[in-house]
Amino acid sequence: MASDPEHPTATPAQRAAAVEIVLRRKGEMPETFVADFTDHAEEAWITGNGARMVARAWVDPAFRARMLADGRAAAKEMGFEFPEHHRHLVVLENTPDIHNVIVCTLCSCTAYTIIGAAPDWYKDIDYRARVVRESRTVLREMGLDLPSTTEIRVWDTTADHRYMVLPMQPPATVGWPEDKLAGIVTQDAMIGAARLEVKE
Amino acid sequence: MDGIHDLGGKQGFGRVNYPSPPHDETWEPLVRALSAFALRKHIYNMDEFRHAIERMAPRHYLTAPYYERHLTAVASLLVEKDVVTREELEALVPGAFPLAGPIGPGRLPSPPEPFAIGDKVRVKNEFVPGHVRMPGYIRGKTGVVVGVSPLYPFPDAAGHGMQAPMEPTYDVRFRSRDLWPDSCDDALNHVGVFQSYLEKAEA
Repeated sequence: MASDPEHPTATPAQRAAAVEIVLRRKGEMPETFVADFTDHAEEAWITGNGARMVARAWVDPAFRARMLADGRAAAKEMGFEFPEHHRHLVVLENTPDIHNVIVCTLCSCTAYTIIGAAPDWYKDIDYRARVVRESRTVLREMGLDLPSTTEIRVWDTTADHRYMVLPMQPPATVGWPEDKLAGIVTQDAMIGAARLEVKE
Repeated sequence: MDGIHDLGGKQGFGRVNYPSPPHDETWEPLVRALSAFALRKHIYNMDEFRHAIERMAPRHYLTAPYYERHLTAVASLLVEKDVVTREELEALVPGAFPLAGPIGPGRLPSPPEPFAIGDKVRVKNEFVPGHVRMPGYIRGKTGVVVGVSPLYPFPDAAGHGMQAPMEPTYDVRFRSRDLWPDSCDDALNHVGVFQSYLEKAEA
C-alpha cells in the first residue's frame, strides 16, 4: 500500500463503521447482530473451556482417553461449541520428554471457542515466522527453557482441524478438586508457550 | 500463491512481543462480528476470506494489525461479490480504503490418491498462483504420514468460489533438519497437508 500524503488512509475504526453500514443496508444484518455476537463470543468462547477440559483430563482417566482420541467429542460432551469449519480438535499431550507447541504460519488459526481468542503474541509475525524453525530458541526467549532431552513438536495449523495442548499437571496440585485445577490452566500453556508451575 | 502471508521459516524476524502488552481497540470486536456475519450469510467462505487477506499488498499486510487484515478482506469480498461498489464504500469514509489485489484462477484437486499412516510422502513441487494451504517451507520435502483428519473442501478451489470437492488432509511429520538443513533448532514439524499436495515417496 503506497500511502499518498494527499489522500491518507481512513482509520480502521472508520473503515469498520463503513462496512457495518454496508452490511446493515445491503446485507440484511440485524441491528443487534454485532452486540449479540460480541456478547456471545465473550461469554462462551473463553479460555476457561479448555482449562476445564484439561482439569477433567487430569482427574478422570476415562475422559482423558476420550479427549486424546477425539477432542471435539470430548469438548461437546462438556457443552462447548465449534464453528462449522472446525471439524476436528486434536489434543496434544505434553510429557516430560515431549513438548508440543502450536502455530499457524499462514494466518492465525486457533481453536478459539475452546481456548479463547488467540493472544496478540500468537498472531505476531515474528512468532509465525520463527517458531517452526527456531522452536527451542523462541520458547527460551519467551521464558520457557526446556531441557535438552525434551523433544519439541511444532504443529502448524494449515488445515481446518484445530489443536490444543494438554499440559502436564504440576505435581503440587495432585489431589486438588477439578474446579481448583481448572483455575491454574492458562491459555499460553494450552498453546505450548508455557508450562504450568505451582510451588509445593 | 507465494505471498507475504507465508511466513513460516522466514528469517530476519525478531523477538516475539511476549507477553502481549494490553491494548483496547474498540473496532476489533466489531470487525470480528462483521466478518462472522458475512461468513454465516454465505457471502463468502473461509477459504475465500483467507485468500482475500493473502491478496493484500505486502506492505499493508505486514504493517496492519490482525483485525485490520480481516477488515480489508471483508470489505474486498463485499466489493468482489457485488454487495457494494468500491465507490460506495469509499464514499463512506474520510480517506482511502485499501482493498486486496485482484483474484486469479483457482484449481481443482488432483485425482484421489489416498495414503496410509506410516507412508512416506513428498510434498509436490508446485507453484500455485491462487489460494493454497501448503506453507512454502514444506514444498518438495519428504515426511511421514502420522494421522488422517476428516474431509474438508479443497481450499485451492473453495478459495476461488469454485465447487470444491472434499478431500482428506494428512498429519505429515517432518524433521526440522530436513526442512532447513544446518540452520534450525532440532524439532519435529507437523503440518496438516491436503491429499492433492502430496505424492508417494520411495520407502
